[in-house]
Amino acid sequence: MSNSSTTAPMLETRSLECVRDDRLLFSDLTIKLAAGEVLQIEGANGSGKTSLLRILCGLRLADEGEVLWQGEEVADVREDYYANMIYIGHLPCIKGDLTTMENIRSLLDTRSRSASDDEIEQALAKVGLAGFDDVVSKALSSGQRRRILLAFLQLARAKLWIMDEPLTALDVQGVALVESMLMEHRETGGSAIFTTHHGMQLPCEMSSVTLGVKC
Amino acid sequence: MLKAFYHLLARDLRLAFRSRHELANPLIFFILVVTLFPLAVSPSSETLQVMAPGVIWVSALLSVLLSLDRLFKQDYEDGSLDQLMLSPNPLVILVLAKVCAHWLLTGLPLVLIAPLLGMFMYVPDEAVGVLMFSLLLGTPVLSLIGAIGVSLTVAVNRGGVLLSLIILPLYIPVLIFGANAVDVASDGLSVRGQMLFLGAVLVLALSLAPLATAVALRITASR
Repeated sequence: MSNSSTTAPMLETRSLECVRDDRLLFSDLTIKLAAGEVLQIEGANGSGKTSLLRILCGLRLADEGEVLWQGEEVADVREDYYANMIYIGHLPCIKGDLTTMENIRSLLDTRSRSASDDEIEQALAKVGLAGFDDVVSKALSSGQRRRILLAFLQLARAKLWIMDEPLTALDVQGVALVESMLMEHRETGGSAIFTTHHGMQLPCEMSSVTLGVKC
Repeated sequence: MLKAFYHLLARDLRLAFRSRHELANPLIFFILVVTLFPLAVSPSSETLQVMAPGVIWVSALLSVLLSLDRLFKQDYEDGSLDQLMLSPNPLVILVLAKVCAHWLLTGLPLVLIAPLLGMFMYVPDEAVGVLMFSLLLGTPVLSLIGAIGVSLTVAVNRGGVLLSLIILPLYIPVLIFGANAVDVASDGLSVRGQMLFLGAVLVLALSLAPLATAVALRITASR
């Protein structure tokens, strides 16, 4: 049976291997992520979770193996992949000198997405930043900055979310917010891959991959 | 694609105007260095006139060199650079936007203030136009080549020395032809050759440097 792009999983890796400073982090890693699936990457500190996520989004090159987006190698369909994938790293990517609104706009601009002021305000209200749209971001707490990213995540309308420690600096309500956002995303056919050291309670099936089992 | 270029350019300009003290740094450095020469060497018009092209061009070059750090450092540190690299738009276009913003904020002010410093240094009136025009052609090249160096060294702590070692050799042709053009113009001779050379280098840098920078950024991110 031919592996046409309609039946191929959204994201797939084939025998991925990553070596860092002469240390083998993982090898022969095969992941299949279907639409609507949520995957958690587990592992101790330094087991290669961030490296794996960076390989998945194409920022880092795998030492072996390949990453496929809807059945095609990521390097060949980079534009389509990046239009549908969003990566939230552990760095905030928020400019302290810009206001909340400007930060969201500039993040959306890099993805060639536009949103009206109303849409942005709605998204901000949802993440608990209503009324903060004209506040310069350096005046916000680190949790609030993470919330700007959550608002951006909603407005970007990507099919695949790759998130490195999305719960960093968030309070209890923030964690619940991320959980509900993930559920909503999943219901609309989106997928997500994330790492976290906090307990994430999703009322749905969630697959997981553990790196560095030896530790 | 043009939109992405324009948006990033606008963002960088806006950010720069939000921290104005940094904005003025290269310009003040340029003015200070040039004005120190009459004090340190000699205030006589003959001496200054001979030195002027070299002094002004070297100061402009160092001023650009010192400002290069700003090009990618902040974006690298706060993670915005990753987002740029994950943009569906070609990275080359985004790099070009950032370099354009850098030139508008550092190179262009140097070009505009140059006639004043030329007067300080007794550059003859007929050579002032050439001074400005040579800087107008030369400073974008400095920004473009500098971007390659910065993208390679942005992840290195205290990469300043390394950066100078990488890009200064590439700056030297621009320096030689730029300073020589002003020198020759002071003697009332034609500078067509020098200007054509600077123009050619600008076209070359404009077409190749963003490609090299984009590749270098990908290498930096993959570490």
